[in-house]
Amino acid sequence: MSTLAPPRPEAAQPDKSPPAEVKRWVPSSRWAWALGVVVLWIGIWALTKGNDTLALAGRERTGVQDALAEFRDKVIASRGDNPLIQLTYEIGSGFTSLVDWLQRMVSVENFPRPVPEIGWLGVTAVAVWIGLAVAGWRIALLIAASFVSFGVFGYWSDAVDLLIVTFVAVAVSVLVGMPLAVLMGTGNRAVNAVMTTFLDVFQTIPTFVFLAPIALFFGIGASGAVVATLLYALPPIIRVAGHGIRTVSATTIEATDSAGQTRWQRLAKVQLPMARRTIVVGLNQTTLAALSMATIAAFVDGPGLGQPVLDYLKTVNVGGAFVPGVLIVVIAVMLDRTTTAASEYGERAARGGVDLKRRRIVLAAAAVPVLVCLYMSRTYPWAAEFGDSTWGPRLADAVNDFFGWFTDNFRDLTQGFKDLTSAVLLNPLESLLAESPWWLAAGALLLLAFVLGGLRALVPTLLCVAGLLYFGLWHDAMITLNMTLVGTVLVMVLALVFGVWMARSPKLDLVMRPLLDAGQTIPPFVYLIPVLALFGITRFTAIVAGVVYAAPVAIKLVADGVKAVSPTTLEATRSTGSTTWQEIIKVQLPMARASLVLAANQGLLYVLAMAVIGGLVGAGGLGYDVVLGFARSEEWGFGAAAGISIVLLGIMVDRIARAAAQKTSR
Amino acid sequence: MLNSRRRGVALTSVAASVAVALTACGGGSIAEETAANEDRAAEFGDCGDLNMAINPWVGYEASAYVVGHVAEETLGCKVKYKDLKEDVAWQGFGTGDVDVVIEDWGHPDLEKKFFAEQGDGSAMDGGPNGNVGIIGWYVPPWLAEEHPEILEWENLNDFAEEFATSETGDKGQFLGADPSYVQFDEAIISNLGLDFEVVFSGSEAASITAFQQAEENKEFLIGYFYEPQWLFAELPLAKVALPPFEEGCQDDPADVDCDYPETVLKKILSTSWVDEGGPGVELVQNFEWTNEDQNQVAKYISEDGMSPEDAAAQWVEENPDKVEAWLPQ
Repeated sequence: MSTLAPPRPEAAQPDKSPPAEVKRWVPSSRWAWALGVVVLWIGIWALTKGNDTLALAGRERTGVQDALAEFRDKVIASRGDNPLIQLTYEIGSGFTSLVDWLQRMVSVENFPRPVPEIGWLGVTAVAVWIGLAVAGWRIALLIAASFVSFGVFGYWSDAVDLLIVTFVAVAVSVLVGMPLAVLMGTGNRAVNAVMTTFLDVFQTIPTFVFLAPIALFFGIGASGAVVATLLYALPPIIRVAGHGIRTVSATTIEATDSAGQTRWQRLAKVQLPMARRTIVVGLNQTTLAALSMATIAAFVDGPGLGQPVLDYLKTVNVGGAFVPGVLIVVIAVMLDRTTTAASEYGERAARGGVDLKRRRIVLAAAAVPVLVCLYMSRTYPWAAEFGDSTWGPRLADAVNDFFGWFTDNFRDLTQGFKDLTSAVLLNPLESLLAESPWWLAAGALLLLAFVLGGLRALVPTLLCVAGLLYFGLWHDAMITLNMTLVGTVLVMVLALVFGVWMARSPKLDLVMRPLLDAGQTIPPFVYLIPVLALFGITRFTAIVAGVVYAAPVAIKLVADGVKAVSPTTLEATRSTGSTTWQEIIKVQLPMARASLVLAANQGLLYVLAMAVIGGLVGAGGLGYDVVLGFARSEEWGFGAAAGISIVLLGIMVDRIARAAAQKTSR
Repeated sequence: MLNSRRRGVALTSVAASVAVALTACGGGSIAEETAANEDRAAEFGDCGDLNMAINPWVGYEASAYVVGHVAEETLGCKVKYKDLKEDVAWQGFGTGDVDVVIEDWGHPDLEKKFFAEQGDGSAMDGGPNGNVGIIGWYVPPWLAEEHPEILEWENLNDFAEEFATSETGDKGQFLGADPSYVQFDEAIISNLGLDFEVVFSGSEAASITAFQQAEENKEFLIGYFYEPQWLFAELPLAKVALPPFEEGCQDDPADVDCDYPETVLKKILSTSWVDEGGPGVELVQNFEWTNEDQNQVAKYISEDGMSPEDAAAQWVEENPDKVEAWLPQ
């Protein structure tokens, strides 16, 4: 979660117009070549393994890592008179006072009042009214239910705090992000390429690396939380909105240009309005990215639901952590559905599909009870503060019971599965990647990149390999790469099974979607302990955590891709009397190939994004290095080098996969 | 159209039921409580803010909330608890974000950066808090009972294969701890010639889960752990004897071949906060208690599921004379 892999809008729309005729998929010569490279690699590996692996012993550190640590120490030592730090610190205290003020208004006691200025009833009423105004009564009901659930489960303040931090971070993201999106949408190819790379880096760098410096530059608490959230939430809106602006149809622009408009007019009157829908998608993605930082922000004392999640981890109370974790999912679903519905509602209104006069009357009438609720929540304790309820603890106990029962009954099975996978897949592949001399593994990766993706893949791979060697964590990088690859294989197995199944059965689709949303937004800390109990402190636990996180995205992509296969084609094959199995294997999967490739690419990045979380449960590799760097100040340079290495790995596999996919689709 | 009419009706009925609720629940006690709070604040005088870092383990939490509870209830301080790991907490001394770290296990590197002798002087040693930390190698209770010889390090190699996992191949697995903890296990293993390999659990939650599962399923497990720790109430882990600690045997991290020393846990304070003075400072400086005291509060939190606030309040109520000794004279 620390590093949600980037949702890539450019690629997120798989080719919707599959080739008209059904082709049988023939492995091209490229795959034969790739196989040849792997065979050659194994041959040389057998002779040379264990030499030049560049493994660092114990506490050994390279010069580059020491230099990074020294740089940070200097920054800390100079913090009293460094003008940059003083500026950022001012910005940080601005965020803190804003969040603090909002908290005293709606979530924590505003001394000497024993309660906030506006209690839960008032806050809920206002939120419901806003939902009614922007998205209609269904969303208003959803908001009401969500807000009441915060209180009923005993996390009113934390939930509202999380909303406050998210709101501030998203607002700043929009302020800073929209101009950049315009730049990206209207700039030339070079601008676009540079910005894309920057965004990739920001979205793959593990936030753990940045937490300590963020605390140093911006302060602890709300300020650190807002900045950490902001850094992570900013890229989606730039990327998605930029893409939207760029893809406004050229004909429209030409037509309006011929009317003699200025560039500003073109932007304000044509490009931005026409990209509106995509911009809202960007806003939506930014909001969800912000929420995924909830638990990470709690590491620097950020207010919100992340704090109770981490608190319960101290006593390994899975059920306890589950309750606030699920409320984060509730918030995510609420905000996701609200922004989406608001955009649809807005469009309908713009087309005249909404009776504006009636709407105004309804909203004005609805404002009356809202005002009454506001007044009551300022006056009566019951409307200001939720009474104690046993729902939260009861749910927690139920989850603990279930988890205990599940572990007792399935542990042998899961341990067996773990041992089997380790023996046949994980260990041999790790040996090949990490026990090869560095020059062999690097050479093989470069050759594979070239064979699969041509020059477009070779150049970035070369840069990334050089970077990995420079930062001195080659061996750990190969261990992490191995776990990522195995995790991706598991993700793709799940994606194929459930994706196809969902595409063929609308009922299953209906049941699975909310579960997939939850899998993507629930903080991994919540399910780490159960996974740990089932699989032990192993690389496999880390892989499973990565799979839980990555599978939803891949499953959705495959399901959508398979669903998009034209019904006429299916009719045609059915009329020839093929079986269901033949239909899937020979028609649906080959025609959804673009989606499968995209799912694999995204799955891989999402699994890699969980490397740091894996470091918290014994996976070793770069993830542990990052955790170590955050935990011990003398190891910060080492952790930073590991964080950069994760970015390099991510960019490398992404560029290879994209170049390969492009070649495939040609 | 129909929808909006229905909406109008629904809203009216909501308003009506709200009005009923309004008349049912009388009494405007928010205003009363506000007045009471104002009186109390006037009575106490100004103790000011106390920013208490909460490092992420239960024993720490126990100490912090007991001090915080006394500061808040007896001295009228405004206590803010901040969930932070050690490294970030120490950074906060210089910025006023953190005033107190109540349980420090020894961080020479941070002392170098933030103590006056070599660093910027933003932090200072606040003296021992009375707790003594015992770090060492531990095995689950069933294992100590079944193979008592395992509690001597000389015999560990006989069992190395039993400790092997999918992560370590033929070697035994030694479970290293959360990376923020002081640990020399890799060096000890290699210097004592043990057939083990360290796998780092990466977090305390992971270590605890591993010990719980090992006990429940009667599996071999050896790893780094420490006392005082709430887990011992539920699972009395047994300590493996290593060559005893002697002065200097842990000076060079690469050459360590002995057990961990007992650690006197201490308080670290913000220099500027101490200079300001006040009843809160005196309280924190006077605070001292025993491992048993801390374990009691930790048990309330972990086993009895009480909130840290409630656990602290209960202990303070049960131990008035101990608390009395910490109060400013």
